[in-house]
Amino acid sequence: MMKLKSCYAGVDVGASRTKVAILDHSKNLIGHAVKKSGTDFTATADTCLAMALKMAGTPKSDIRNTISTGYGRKNVSFARDTKTEIGCHAKGCFLYFPFATTIIDIGGQDNKVIKLDASGKRTGFKMNRKCAAGTGAFLEEMALRLDVSLKEMDGLASQSENMIKLGSFCTVFSATEVLENIRRGKKLPDIVKGVYYSMIKRVLEMDALTEKVVMTGGVVAHNAFMVKMAEEMIGRKILVPEYPQLTGAIGAALYAMQP
Amino acid sequence: MQDNLTYEGVFMTTDKDKVKRVKLKAASKLNQIMADYFYELDAAAKAKEPKIAWCTSVGPAEILRAMGFLVFFPENHGAMLGASRMATDLLPIADAQGYSPEICSYLRADIGAYLSKTTPIAKSYKGIEGVPRPDVLAFNTNQCRDVQDWFTWYAKKLDVPVIGIHTHRGVGKVTQNHIDSIATQLKDLIKPLEYISGNKFDLDKLKQVVALSKECSILWKKVLDTARNVPSPFTFFDGTIHMGPAVVLRGTQQANDFYQLLLNELEERVTNNIAAVPHEQHRIYWDGMPVWGRLRDHSELFSDLNANVLASTYCNSWIFSAFDPDDPFNSMARAYTELFIVRSDDFKETYIKEMLNAFKVDGIIYHDAKCCPNNSNASYGMPQRLERATGVPSITINADLNDLRLISDEQTKTNVEAFIEQLEENQS
Repeated sequence: MMKLKSCYAGVDVGASRTKVAILDHSKNLIGHAVKKSGTDFTATADTCLAMALKMAGTPKSDIRNTISTGYGRKNVSFARDTKTEIGCHAKGCFLYFPFATTIIDIGGQDNKVIKLDASGKRTGFKMNRKCAAGTGAFLEEMALRLDVSLKEMDGLASQSENMIKLGSFCTVFSATEVLENIRRGKKLPDIVKGVYYSMIKRVLEMDALTEKVVMTGGVVAHNAFMVKMAEEMIGRKILVPEYPQLTGAIGAALYAMQP
Repeated sequence: MQDNLTYEGVFMTTDKDKVKRVKLKAASKLNQIMADYFYELDAAAKAKEPKIAWCTSVGPAEILRAMGFLVFFPENHGAMLGASRMATDLLPIADAQGYSPEICSYLRADIGAYLSKTTPIAKSYKGIEGVPRPDVLAFNTNQCRDVQDWFTWYAKKLDVPVIGIHTHRGVGKVTQNHIDSIATQLKDLIKPLEYISGNKFDLDKLKQVVALSKECSILWKKVLDTARNVPSPFTFFDGTIHMGPAVVLRGTQQANDFYQLLLNELEERVTNNIAAVPHEQHRIYWDGMPVWGRLRDHSELFSDLNANVLASTYCNSWIFSAFDPDDPFNSMARAYTELFIVRSDDFKETYIKEMLNAFKVDGIIYHDAKCCPNNSNASYGMPQRLERATGVPSITINADLNDLRLISDEQTKTNVEAFIEQLEENQS
């Protein structure tokens, strides 16, 4: 008879992507999945769970508990309880970086700056105001204006030799500035790097940073050059977990593990 | 779900299952005196007597009452427009008149309502068709400069005299110079008010009104102070509704009778250990204006998390401890200058620290109201300074008192839930 494994699921239904993480009882990540959240959060969460279970090679019955988080956290039918994405990102980060940190999470719709003390306790947090500046949505809008895919942007930014600077944080005004730079014949890599610069600047002004800085979120996962730029701007190394986009889902799975 | 418009224009749910805070019995009395207040004003407007004064919420109501005016408060009307969620549709009408979307959304909602010939008063009180027409407009800029612009607009529109008091701002220690200058301005109102009302100023009458206002102030403070108890019998959301008489009927016996009734009920709750929010675990301080169109939502958001928002800068703004009937002008000047909103940040921080201590507060919510910088304290580093000094954590909610277009409910919810989660985890 096959021995049952105990595992714990965390589901992060973000405004842009849904992420599922499955941890075994030793907190090892054994399965995960990411999918566009779409318009039916419940169905997407179900699909993601099936994908993650397949990767983990474990049946659904092995899941001892599930916690959901994120914008659509209330839409996850198989979750026992919900936690906020702030709490889950904090928990997920502390698993990999168990010391005092400032976490910068750049998500599709919002940014978070979370401060943790040496014991992993949250000492404070800030979210972006009701504005897309510095979020994934800002990046998506700029990609649209520049007629490039999101996947291409990181490579383009890294080729820049003479970055342009965007004066405004506002998505609409920035888009106008981008158009202005296109009209002036500025090079695409220079504009993309300028877009990255604007995002980082916006995020860094949200709160004062402590010594150790961690970056997480989907934007970080797919835009490594942005992290490199952020490191240059703050003058020190930034820590990034292996799966930055899964941090919230991993944190939710850790909550699921708690009695 | 069906909503009913009740006292001070606040929508309360009629779905009993949804009521998340214990209802106060005094609320029915509140409904009645607020109805009486509006009907009396309406009757006076129709009969053209007694004369009607429009006044800013923090005075100089006492002088107006002593001169025989009935007093209407446009800021109360602004709050009603917000609470009834009529404001959001009316604001653009004022915006189109040249008022920036960045300025007071009471002013803009009220002017929008006037231009649209609509009011929540008519919707709530059968037979009343509109707001009572003023015979005089009297402002005090202690709330902000916007009230002056607001009243001046009506003065021109309705061809009504406007008079006012220009207050000091950023006041640290209240000095005799401050008192003298405001007291002089208060005395200067007498002559025009005698002319407009046709009544001779009577110092004894003013003393009587100030005595009643003083008593109102004492009772209102006692009401708010019941929230020092653990668990608290009262919430900030109750306070925003029940402060109606302290604003519009201050200086009358009705207000004082009501607050005695409310105080008795709250003291009974304290004796019987009845919590306004069942299972109160977290005690929260609210700085800044309420979000009038989200009172119920916010009340339930907190109570669902076993958190009671039980103390605030806002509700305490109608405590005027300095009133002294034996020295009415100087004491009014002092009371209106000791007000939180006109004080320096140093004073405000000391004040909030004392409140945190007295009310055993676990966390602070700063409402950074987009259109009300005067009544928002999160923009000049105060949350960070206070957190360093007290260790009490805080979050800032970006919203507005009346303009619901400036609110992200989902962000507010996530922020509040994450904050309470943080308090919970750090307590355990």
